[in-house]
Formats: sequence, C-alpha cells, structure tokens
Amino acid sequence: MGAVHDDVHHAPDGRGRALRLGIGGPVGSGKTALTAALCRALGGSLRLGVVTNDIYTTEDADFLRRAGVLDPERILAVETGCCPHTAIRDDIAANVDAVETLEERFGPLDLVIVESGGDNLTATFSRGLVDRQIFVLDVSGGDKVPRKGGPGVTSADLLVVNKTDLAPMVGADLGVMDRDAAAVRQGKPVLFTSVRTEGAAEVAAWVTEQVHEWSHEHEHGHDHGHGHDHGHPVHA
Amino acid sequence: MTPGLLLLTDSRLPAGSHAHSGGMEQAVKEGLVHDLASLESFLAGRLRTAGAVAAGFASQACAGHDPVELDAELDARTASPAQREAARTQGRLLLRVARRIWPSPALEELAGRLPSPHHPIALGVTAAVVGATPREAGAAAAYHAVTGPATAAVRLLGLDPVAVHRVLATLDLPSPDGLPAASAPLLDLLAERHRRSPVRLFVS
Repeated sequence: MGAVHDDVHHAPDGRGRALRLGIGGPVGSGKTALTAALCRALGGSLRLGVVTNDIYTTEDADFLRRAGVLDPERILAVETGCCPHTAIRDDIAANVDAVETLEERFGPLDLVIVESGGDNLTATFSRGLVDRQIFVLDVSGGDKVPRKGGPGVTSADLLVVNKTDLAPMVGADLGVMDRDAAAVRQGKPVLFTSVRTEGAAEVAAWVTEQVHEWSHEHEHGHDHGHGHDHGHPVHA
Repeated sequence: MTPGLLLLTDSRLPAGSHAHSGGMEQAVKEGLVHDLASLESFLAGRLRTAGAVAAGFASQACAGHDPVELDAELDARTASPAQREAARTQGRLLLRVARRIWPSPALEELAGRLPSPHHPIALGVTAAVVGATPREAGAAAAYHAVTGPATAAVRLLGLDPVAVHRVLATLDLPSPDGLPAASAPLLDLLAERHRRSPVRLFVS
C-alpha cells in the first residue's frame, strides 16, 4: 500500500474507520424508507452517520431529519449536478468528503450509510466510496427486473426486493423474482421486504453482521476478505 | 505540455467539479441563459471576470508565490460567501485527489497550511508539481471556469453538446496577467440566490 500520504482516516485499507454502506436502486424503490428503517433499528446499538445524494437538493435528507430517526446533524446531503451515478461511481470526491466530515465531527462511528439518488439498473457504487452495497428494487417495477440483471442486481452484496405488499396488485410473482435473482447473483443474498408496513429487521440483521465482520477484520489486522469463509459469529 | 496537465484539465478528473455549475443553474432558472447565444455571452462574461481572476491566481501559485498570501488575496476578491464556499470546496477536493495521484512535499505543505484552499490555488500548486508552466496553469484555471458551466447548460437545457463545444472553442482564454480584480456582480448575486434556493441540482 503506497498511499502513505493519505490521512489516517482516509486509509484505503479501512483500518480504524466505520463500515461504509451504499444503498442504491431505481427512483421510488424505497431507498430512503430503508435508510430510515435501518437508522431506527440500528441507532441504539451502532454509532451512525448518513449521507444522502438527492436529485433535488436536500429532499431525502429533510425527510430523514423530520422522521427523527437520527440526530439531524449526523445526516449530510450531497448535490449531484443532474448525475446521481457520477457522484457514487465516477467522481466520488464530494461523497468521500461528506463521509469523512461525519467521521471527523462525530467519530468514531460504526456505520456510515451513503444513500444514492434514484437512478437506473446500471448504477453501482465505487469500491473507493463504500465497502458494502445494497441494491433496492420494488415489485411494482415489474417482476422481470431481476432477470434483466444489470450491475446493481447482479453485483450488490445484498439485493432487497421491497414493497412485497403490492405484489398482488401489480401482478408481480415474488417466486419468479426470487428464482431469477438467485440465477444471476451466484449465491449472494436476496431479501424480500415491505419496509413501510413491516420495517426492515432482516436487512438490519444483515447490516449488523457486516459491521461486525468489518470491525473484526480491521481491528485485528486480517486481510480484507480473509474472514468471509469462516462464518464469523455475529457479536450482537 | 506535461501529461499531468491534461489529467488536471480533464472534466473526468474525480475531484467533484461535475456537481458545480458556476452560477449556470441559477442563470437558467432566472431565464438569463436559455439558448446558445445567451450561453455564449454568459461564458464570455464569466471568462473575462471570474476566469481572468482564477487564471492570474493559478498562474502565480504555479510560479511559487506564497499560497497563503494568494489565498487571502483571492478571498478579498470573492464578494459572495456562497462563491467562496464553492471555490474552497472544489479546492479541498482537488487537493485531496492531487495528493493521492501526485504525492509530493509541495502538496503536503499546502494541505498543512490550507486544508481548503481556493480552487485556483490548489490548481496552481498542483500544476507546478506535475511540471506545467505558470502560463499553462492559468489557461487550465480559465478553462475550468467555463467548461463546468457549459456542461451544466447541456444538462439543464438539453442544448446540442457539439454546438456548446463549438462555443467553447471560439472563446478566447485570457492570458494570466498579475493578480486581476475583475468582478462580476451578477455572478455574485446568482451564487447567493442559488445558495438560498430550496430546489437545487448543483452545489453552486
């Protein structure tokens, strides 16, 4: 690792900093609702920060602040100049700046969530910005979406299929979505949720597991990825 | 010309500039820029004022003038707090990216003394590190002053991108000359009104 000039908190190997979790997905799939549900579920056990990437200024940040799920100062908004995918993938400077600002002001933190602006199926986060990513679809986008794939669906560490309560109304077959997602995701997990009506307990449990795995790897100096095969217990 | 300068002037350099419109978003919102002709006059005005100032300061920073002194001088020439903030944010992000791409004592020293320098100062010092001349640094700063707003206009108005690039190609980049103090009150006002706008796509 030659980046000796980086600030300590900016170290590429992630030592001594929070897990950075990206939440991406198409417009209206429930990214902000999921972020709020995660803050609600995890705010008591983890030290949190949130960065939102709104299409229009601070809409999502304001929603989260009003929802009262987190100290409003721990939520920062990044403007993306009409290009939400650029801000999370090609030019991550403003997002990295926001994440580091949160860590400087409120650190040490356990988890920083970076919520993308609503985008398309090809929008994924840069590995330079986040350590794990969740891609959120909703059933009303059509049950063919997982089959169509795209980097978000195929490569995200967790795929969340939201608004399952609407499935009967929009004629979406959850079994088809589950089968198609499994076929393109090579064993990576998929969770079905109805965040608005039931919250996101399973997603929160997955995130907690990631945070513990992350801190275990980076506090004990393991190489990144080393621990994945051992099924580390979740220290709840 | 050094390859480093080409990277520094590339809009794909991941230093956060893509989300800054240099007043263009507000100008479009207020109907001041609505077609190619109005875009051209906006860009020409920006180049003669903000662009010329940025060019002068980037050039002097590249030539080795004390960056802290230059930064204070540039602050004094930037009336709008919103513009100061936008310039310092872009400077901070450029400096961070430059330190990782071109590790060097000059950039470490700048970061130690000025964590958030005005963008032209960060650009000028980085230009020197990559081996560019003060004149080239000035041209890069002037170019940066118009390419961001031009791209923003393409996104906001759906203008033909080739026609917009032809406009850019016809603009005369100012030659860096001392430390000019040309001001553009309309750009100041646009920046302040933009900062207060509840609906915004761009940072500035």
